[in-house]
Amino acid sequence: MSRKPYIRQVSKTSWYLKQPRYMRYMSREVTCIFIGAFALLMVCAVERLSQGQAAFESFMAAITGPWSFLGLFVILAFAVHNATNWFNVTPKAMPVQIGEEFLNGKYIVGAHYAIWIVASLVVLFFAGVM
Amino acid sequence: MAKSNKPIFWSLFAAGGTLAAFLAPVLVLLFLLLSLGHAPAVLSYAGLHAFAAHWFGKLFLLAVITLFLWHAAHRLRVTVFDFGLRQDSVVAVVVYLIAAAGTITTALCLLRI
Repeated sequence: MSRKPYIRQVSKTSWYLKQPRYMRYMSREVTCIFIGAFALLMVCAVERLSQGQAAFESFMAAITGPWSFLGLFVILAFAVHNATNWFNVTPKAMPVQIGEEFLNGKYIVGAHYAIWIVASLVVLFFAGVM
Repeated sequence: MAKSNKPIFWSLFAAGGTLAAFLAPVLVLLFLLLSLGHAPAVLSYAGLHAFAAHWFGKLFLLAVITLFLWHAAHRLRVTVFDFGLRQDSVVAVVVYLIAAAGTITTALCLLRI
């Protein structure tokens, strides 16, 4: 019992850099920073909306401009990354069994993409964009 | 049997992630249009105020904002650990408190509209 155990040295802060698989894992995890930031932006929007027209319009002015556009574009990229990854694992998260067989995963993923497109178009329609 | 509060936070994470997958991209797209200064009439003060004044609008906004917040909070807790900060109990309190504060602020503001 006196043998010294071998402990592999793994950096706590950069372990994910060496493997593409771990990098992909981290790319999925960091989407939460951008979803969270966007949620807080929406909290601000609702708060200013409740404070009256002047407050809301100063909020609108604050988010107009190239830097806001750039920030929101990055958020959009991570939101899409979260969406596609979320849908792509749905056959593993909730497999559908029919009799003895499992439904082919591509139908489950496809159904999610279809609902995603329809839901997005419905939101755009009610927002008056199209 | 030991009790765990994990299922509560995990179910909020999963529900928020699903809702974010379906709705976050299009909602960010709307904000992107606003940042360009091309706001459709519905996204003006009058339009959004009318939406938030309706019970459905209140419910929609509260559900979206709350679930996005709790989804992000739970995932951020894990992500912070993965980046090497191993103070999970402190991080958990901080991220869940921010999510709770956002939830309460949103609910109170919506009630005032």
